[in-house]
Amino acid sequence: MKQGRGGARGAPAGRTRWSEFAIVALIRVLGFSTVGFVLLIFAFLLREGLPVFFELPASTLLGRLWYPTFGSFGALPLILGSLLVTLLAVLIALPLGVASAVFIREVAPRWAREVLKPLIEVLAGIPSVVLGFFGMSVVAPLVRQWLGAPTGLTAFTGALVLAYMSLPTIISVAEDALDAVPRGYRDAGLAMGATRWQTTWRVVVPAGRSGVIIAGMLGMGRAIGETMAVMMVTGNAARLPLDAAALFKPVRTMTATIAAEMGEVARGGVHYHALFGIGILLFVLTFLINLAAARTILRRRRKGGLR
Amino acid sequence: MSEARVSTTQVGTTQVGQTQVSKASVRELTYSYAGAQEPALARVSLELPEKAITVLFGPAGGGKTTLLRLINRLNDLVEGTSRSGQVLLDGQDIYAAGVDVAALRRQVGMVFALPLPLPGSIRYNVVYGPRLAGVRDRARLEELTERSLRRAALWEEVKDRLEASAFSLSGGQQQRLCIARSLSLEPEVLLLDEPTSGLDPISTAKVEGSLLALKESCTIVIVPHSVQQAARIADRAAFLLGGELLEVGDGQQVFTSPLQKRTEDYITGRFG
Amino acid sequence: MSGQDARHGQRRRRAGRLWVQRLGFLLLGLAAVVVVAPILVVVVGIVARGIGTVDWEFLSAMPRAGMKEGGILPAIVGTLLLTLGTALVAVPVGVGGAVYLAEYARDTAFTRAIRLAIVNLAGIPSIVYGLFGLGMFVLFLRFGTSILAGSLTLAIMTLPVVISTSEEALRAVPTEFRTVAASLGGTRWQGVRTVVLPQALPGIITGVLLGLLRAAGETAPILFTVAAFYLPQLPRSPLDQTMALPYHLYVISTQVPGMPAGVQNGTAFVLLALVLLLNFAAAWIRRHFRRRRPW
Ligand SMILES: Nc1ncnc2c1ncn2[C@@H]1O[C@H](COP(=O)(O)OP(=O)(O)O)[C@@H](O)[C@H]1O
Ligand SMILES: [Mg+2]
Repeated sequence: MKQGRGGARGAPAGRTRWSEFAIVALIRVLGFSTVGFVLLIFAFLLREGLPVFFELPASTLLGRLWYPTFGSFGALPLILGSLLVTLLAVLIALPLGVASAVFIREVAPRWAREVLKPLIEVLAGIPSVVLGFFGMSVVAPLVRQWLGAPTGLTAFTGALVLAYMSLPTIISVAEDALDAVPRGYRDAGLAMGATRWQTTWRVVVPAGRSGVIIAGMLGMGRAIGETMAVMMVTGNAARLPLDAAALFKPVRTMTATIAAEMGEVARGGVHYHALFGIGILLFVLTFLINLAAARTILRRRRKGGLR
Repeated sequence: MSEARVSTTQVGTTQVGQTQVSKASVRELTYSYAGAQEPALARVSLELPEKAITVLFGPAGGGKTTLLRLINRLNDLVEGTSRSGQVLLDGQDIYAAGVDVAALRRQVGMVFALPLPLPGSIRYNVVYGPRLAGVRDRARLEELTERSLRRAALWEEVKDRLEASAFSLSGGQQQRLCIARSLSLEPEVLLLDEPTSGLDPISTAKVEGSLLALKESCTIVIVPHSVQQAARIADRAAFLLGGELLEVGDGQQVFTSPLQKRTEDYITGRFG
Repeated sequence: MSGQDARHGQRRRRAGRLWVQRLGFLLLGLAAVVVVAPILVVVVGIVARGIGTVDWEFLSAMPRAGMKEGGILPAIVGTLLLTLGTALVAVPVGVGGAVYLAEYARDTAFTRAIRLAIVNLAGIPSIVYGLFGLGMFVLFLRFGTSILAGSLTLAIMTLPVVISTSEEALRAVPTEFRTVAASLGGTRWQGVRTVVLPQALPGIITGVLLGLLRAAGETAPILFTVAAFYLPQLPRSPLDQTMALPYHLYVISTQVPGMPAGVQNGTAFVLLALVLLLNFAAAWIRRHFRRRRPW
């Protein structure tokens, strides 16, 4: 249309339109930047880590001995160490977290909810190094006493601390899943004369099963990437955890290895590349976990409707 | 201003002849929302005479809101729609390439069914439009505030508390504030979508009163919230049913002796 | 069986079921207690053991005698500077990204890629961010081990939190406000700037605080990008190294033998207090403004 003739519609012509154009372009770039960051992160990991795969044969990389000073870079103990601690942590946290989520959503009276939710948020905010500090100065001595072992810094201690660190994630995903169960499910159960407990158990829990799986996956993603707390409480011995007793002995995870050794390596050396190689592995692992979980999360969000 | 005259007959509609200058015209407008089976508007043609109140009435879902929102391109915000036909303002196609949509919307104001004040003071609401348009002069904004509030018959009630939150007003006052907010842009056309649907009779009377005064300076298109209201204020009336414009003509005539059976049924309350 | 017996049986079954229900609810409640009790123990424990050793000197003095005496001022300042640096980058980028997603993006493949990227950024281990920061900012861009490199690393790590919470806050603003702004001749950006963003601001601030709180407490991303082991002076430029609270706590509790427990407990307390403060601020803002919302 024609521009208004002065007056109230005294329209600013070119200038506004240019600044608007610039701002919208900027906002768009900012939106796209997240994709750029993911790509950049992967690119730099590859740049620094890929060389190790040419410097050392695959058989060495998957060897049973991580002993960098002697040029031995077998990542198997680290990978298994991470898996052991992570799986154990999720095994502890998943039932606890899901049960808590069900309690919070379905059972708890209002006042209890108002106490529980903020506390769990606080847990999510406690720095991992503080939990690690608490773990090594309070939990580890208890574990040592209990086991009568030489050290309380064990895979089990690590799993315990990690379990609590992944609880906020697990609880919030499980809560979302319960939220997504249609109201009607519950009402129908109650109308059929079931007690609240039966309804909760027979109807809500199976319906939220996919949510529980996602909660477990994301909890695992969170746990496998955790660094400081694990490093401080697991004792960091790079030994293959192959028997049941390994649970109560020190282990060393992939993350702890990077954190502990990167400070002392020569940049550009094999050891340096090997640590980045572990980084690649961690990136790919968590990427896959989140990719799988994201498909469901994003689908749900879209169903929830854009405005 | 366009020289288009309202013809005595229009395609698909029945109309009583009346020669008057037309401010805006809708030509063969067909419009569909994403995924809809039937178009929301089908080949609607309508002239909006200058400085008169045109009433769009009919049962819910007839396309009244859609038609209003197409006249100031507010439906540009809805995704996945399709449109054919034209809307002319002063003889120019508002959907033509290169049209400044923001300027168009300043020229064609809109008031919604629910009062929707923006969070902020009464004054903030009234000068919101002009300030976005780049009016910075305080005296000018001051003058616009008073003038618009007076035209919306709200000035006396709020002149002492212009800085109060818009949400502190009653529903009726909020709706008049929204009218004042549109008027502060000094629009040439004002579209109102059931502006009194949530209001008590006294507030309704005040709004209607201010509309009657406004038509001296403004072309008004209103969707009334009742047939009675339509009959009270219509200079011209158009009956929309299922996306089709069934009848359009002089207000008096449409409400006393409609040409179409279905219009008559609706007016006399036999359906809708 | 007589009708009375049947009713009796029914009542008994019902009582039995109620017992099961009570037991079930008890177990669920127990799980919640098992989750929450250790949190209280940790918080109360850290506070109780640490608060005694924290005095003005501890907060305001340089460390002395191999960090075994004196205060932790450079670590506090370092963490505050890193958090500030993180905010300077993460807030504009994150809020801008959220505005794009909430106000401009359509449901295209590219938008889905962005959402996927955000989910994945949120899942990348913090130590991997540390590696990335080392590779890109410290070495490739030659920022060296510096506040700049550390802040940028932390900022990218914080982005997903800022974006998700801001987007949620923007979406919570009713569409009608956007329509009104448009109907008054506002462009989309004008509507966002004048109405939507101000209305979403409390939610955005909450999200930003939650993100910053996480950044302030992180150790792994700053291990190789900023952190100085023992540097008893305040940084003078963004290209300086600095001590930082979380790294300091790590160092004095694992790397230095014979460290007095008081210094460890005090440092843990200060770090926890800083993070909890941000947490409460976020919670307060959320509550306060939710109540005052006009819609
Ligand atoms: N935003 C929309 N998206 C999809 N369909 C819509 C939308 N708005 C209106 N419609 C449909 O278009 C038709 C006309 O609606 P509307 O213009 O609101 O009629 P009226 O205002 O006369 O009640 C209805 O069938 C309605 O369901
Ligand atoms: Mg309508």
